[in-house]
Amino acid sequence: MIAFLAKRIGIGAITLIVASIVVFAVLEILPGDPALLMLGMNATPEALAAMREQMGLNEPVPVRYLGWIAGLLAGDFGRSFTYSSPVIDLILERVVVSLPLALIALTLSTAIAIPVGIFSAARRGRAGDTVSMGVAQLGVAVPNFWFALLLVYVFAVWLRLLPAGGFPGWGAGVWPGLKALILPAVALALPQAAILARVTRSAMLEVLGEDYIRTARAKGMPRRYVLWRHALRNAMIPVLTIMGLQFSFLLAGTIIIENVFYLPGLGRLVFQAITQRDLIVVEGVVMLLVASVVVVNLIVDILYAVVDPRLRIRA
Amino acid sequence: MSEVPVPHEAPPPASLLRQAFANRSFLTGFVITALIAAMALASFVWTPFDITHLIVADRMKAPSWQHPFGTDHFGRDILSMIMIGSRNSIAVAVVAVGIGMAVGVPLGCWAAARGGWVDEALMRFNDVVFAFPALLSAVMITAIFGPGAVNAIVAIGIFNVPVFARVARAGALSLWPREYVLAARAAGKGKVLITLEHILPNIASMLLVQGTIQFALGILAEAGLSYLGLGAQPPMPSWGRMLFDAQTRMMVAPYQAIFPGLAIVVTVLGLNLLGDGLRDVLDPRLRRER
Amino acid sequence: MSLLEIEKLTVSIGRTPILKGVDLSIEEGEVLGLVGESGSGKSMTALTVMRLLPHAMRAAGRVTFDGIDILAAPEAAMNRLRGDDIGMVFQEPMTALNPVKTIGEQVAEGIRWHTGASRAEAEETARKILDRVGLPAQKFPLSRFPHELSGGQRQRVVIAIACALKPKLLIADEPTTALDVVLQAQILDLLRDLVDERRMGLLLISHDLAVVADMADRITVMRHGEVMETGETGRTLTEQAHPYTRQLARASTHVPARAGPPAPETGKTPLLEVASVVKDYAGRRASLFARPAPFRAVDDVSFALGEGQSVALVGRSGCGKSTLARMILALDRPTGGAIRLDGIEVNALAEAALKPSRRKMQVVFQDPYGSFDPRHKVERLVAEPLHLMEKQPSAAERRDMVAAALAEVGLAPKDMDKYPHEFSGGQRQRISIARAIITRPKLVVADEPVSALDVSIRAQILDLFADLNGRLGVAYLFITHDLTVARAITDQVMVMHDGRIVERGRTAEVLDNPQSDAAKALVEAAPDLSRALARRLAGRE
Repeated sequence: MIAFLAKRIGIGAITLIVASIVVFAVLEILPGDPALLMLGMNATPEALAAMREQMGLNEPVPVRYLGWIAGLLAGDFGRSFTYSSPVIDLILERVVVSLPLALIALTLSTAIAIPVGIFSAARRGRAGDTVSMGVAQLGVAVPNFWFALLLVYVFAVWLRLLPAGGFPGWGAGVWPGLKALILPAVALALPQAAILARVTRSAMLEVLGEDYIRTARAKGMPRRYVLWRHALRNAMIPVLTIMGLQFSFLLAGTIIIENVFYLPGLGRLVFQAITQRDLIVVEGVVMLLVASVVVVNLIVDILYAVVDPRLRIRA
Repeated sequence: MSEVPVPHEAPPPASLLRQAFANRSFLTGFVITALIAAMALASFVWTPFDITHLIVADRMKAPSWQHPFGTDHFGRDILSMIMIGSRNSIAVAVVAVGIGMAVGVPLGCWAAARGGWVDEALMRFNDVVFAFPALLSAVMITAIFGPGAVNAIVAIGIFNVPVFARVARAGALSLWPREYVLAARAAGKGKVLITLEHILPNIASMLLVQGTIQFALGILAEAGLSYLGLGAQPPMPSWGRMLFDAQTRMMVAPYQAIFPGLAIVVTVLGLNLLGDGLRDVLDPRLRRER
Repeated sequence: MSLLEIEKLTVSIGRTPILKGVDLSIEEGEVLGLVGESGSGKSMTALTVMRLLPHAMRAAGRVTFDGIDILAAPEAAMNRLRGDDIGMVFQEPMTALNPVKTIGEQVAEGIRWHTGASRAEAEETARKILDRVGLPAQKFPLSRFPHELSGGQRQRVVIAIACALKPKLLIADEPTTALDVVLQAQILDLLRDLVDERRMGLLLISHDLAVVADMADRITVMRHGEVMETGETGRTLTEQAHPYTRQLARASTHVPARAGPPAPETGKTPLLEVASVVKDYAGRRASLFARPAPFRAVDDVSFALGEGQSVALVGRSGCGKSTLARMILALDRPTGGAIRLDGIEVNALAEAALKPSRRKMQVVFQDPYGSFDPRHKVERLVAEPLHLMEKQPSAAERRDMVAAALAEVGLAPKDMDKYPHEFSGGQRQRISIARAIITRPKLVVADEPVSALDVSIRAQILDLFADLNGRLGVAYLFITHDLTVARAITDQVMVMHDGRIVERGRTAEVLDNPQSDAAKALVEAAPDLSRALARRLAGRE
């Protein structure tokens, strides 16, 4: 178990290091002169020189890279030149929108998808299965931003139940804040739930065909008991894998969805920073998102070991 | 226990086609995909209206017999735009899948055949690519190198590489210990020859199924990038861009958002059905009665 | 009235009949052997009694267990019956247990469900039955997971589950087929003792007449979904009144006619020489920092094999015999030692330089289904080793050579245009042999070449091996755990145990008079129809 954990943590660390090199290379080396990229062609030589100085571009590349990493580790993500404030402050300000949004979406999609998947597998081929898998098939095909537009049209424009966009801030109270996140969370969750339900169903069907299910039935255990007590836990292994991957999709989804709903979250921050070429902000936010994906995958790995005793010894 | 399907004994090709068309998913998916492809091809020679002519008098027309899907704020026929936009979606997705297969499959096969550090390196490479939320990096790439269809293709294609590498590697790994591969080794065949003669043909069906899935995801990703303004640039119509333009006019002209969205949904649905059907036909294990 | 009575049972999928009017009965405390080749409907009969048939199958007729009409009983009643009054043991122990639950949970679960016992009580009962099946508490606590157990131990757990509540009837569907002979003997002993001790009825399903002859009071012989013959075991198998019973019995004791062994050559280099060969595998890491101790699969093995000789390498599963075979075939490199074929040290050669040596040795595998690329036609499959020829034959030459090889193994030239899935298991094994001899090798290594085949097919394939040995002078190295195969087809035998060769000599001598413990265990455990019948007849007098 310890060896397994150590190996997974090691892999996570290597992934982060390589990812940081990639981010650094893409943003600071590939463009040639990052200062020029940020300020544009019309920048005065003085402004460029000042920017190079501020970004430490006159230092050799390895020194710059190590300096950047050291800063990240110390919580210093640099300064944004468009917002003229420390990147870390911008991130903290936005995280309180994005994190609840992602968590609500994740909870929603899991809470819908797993029961639906189990239900479908248990009633394979019957009407309930056909209908729910038909809906799931459709859900997988719907782009989340288009679904978001439809939701806005129905719930904001037509029924006037929920805000069409914007975020009042948590200062205005918990309910107004949550209200602003409901539609975005649903829009994010639906396609994810559709995929997850399909995966859950097929994992359950796969497991239900295994020999040990027959052994359990030969023991006299009723079908329902076998489904919940024997099949489900084994089926969770592929389901967990997909949930891990979906977290990353969810983060990507926030970039678009926060734009659709004008939510001041990390996704919108990084998108605006990219279009405004505020490379320091981009670097910081991208590394944060990558790190969160790595951490989530590590959690998934640990959950694997919890679910599957065979992994506890295999490193 | 793995999320990657395992190759299996498959019947020879002759009976497959008949089986495929007897499969409802496959048939529906095939018909939808064929219609979309036909629409894209038709748009090269004919569209109901010429979308390069902006007719101000026809602005913001609701659906009618003349304009079944209505017109946009420049007076362009939305049906015609969807037809032309399909080219862009399909082209981006096809080339992105092509990039993914062309790079990923050889990598995956190499890693499986060679094992050792090559395999380890490929796995770590996959970890790194998967650590970047896909759309985020696509946004990054298109922002650095400028928006446009070509950069969108590259950005989406890069993320197909590890997907295909992983599927090919998992499939190949499960085949290498098979007795027929051992027999081929006993017949003095090298790794390259065995990969070409035995491994690739037997993982082809898995790759095909994955191909349709990635194709569908590519359409969605392209739509997302265009929506953000990072895909094909105006005046070239694209489905994502049309949705972005429609968003601000949602109150007065919801049809402008409905039809391009439906085009995406139908295309992706068709491809997914096609993929499901292919999997049913090519992987008999899943059809086994339980 | 009998404990279990099956009358005119028919089972079908759609319109395809699987069982056609099966009748059989078991009394309390009786052992009924249900024998037949694959596809005869043995397992389907058992699953019908459990009412666990696959969904698409429909059963009709009458199945009465202890006065209960099984086919008409509601599902809830079946749940009460299964695991309580009827227990079942399956063929494949490796997959029969849930990998994420402890063995204790899996045994106790049924006890709790049926008796309403508390967790502690159920665990106590589970402990007792696990002790009884030979899994003592100090080595096998309830908290063990299935993956920590070997195949034989897992089968004991499955038996514990099936017998925990003292069922009236135990159904064992090929319970030892996936195990080696020594484990098979142990498991059969256990089943016999449990049946005696608890006066259980036992429905023992097997393809192996010798196993059934040893165990069953009565036997029922099935073929193609029909019962051929039923009767008292000793009489049925000695009198062999039914032609199919006779065919089965003859096939299981079949010894191919062979020319005598070639005269021992003196002074000539042996065809194959294995000298002090060692193979280590990386072991499992005990801790993060400790260097893992290597696992020695093959330990200092030396032997020589002359031209035209037929040698058996026998041993229990996991003894290293297949690893040795792979090294001889140059599919794997030894950690130490040398392997010489016709005087050339093959383990030192690069793949390209191996071609001439590879031409001289080919291989036949166990599984007639996994041996062929399903996408290639027979012509291409059989021609594959021609890749080794100095000069590549033309397409026409190639077809001629394939046709000739197919003729050697008793197949028609037109078969080369078919796909492997169009052939039966026995025919596939012939194709496999055709592929092995197309380059006219001097040595064929056969890894359990008949153990996946039905007895009647097995006899034919053994004949074919004997015939080719006589006509083409091919030398064989037979890897097997089945002593009847060794006895039937080889001159010399080597017994392997824990990576070492512990005994060697003329086949008949070693098998009739084993010296080492490993060889004794193998010989003693090997099921033997004539010995079993002799014992049975002696016991009756």
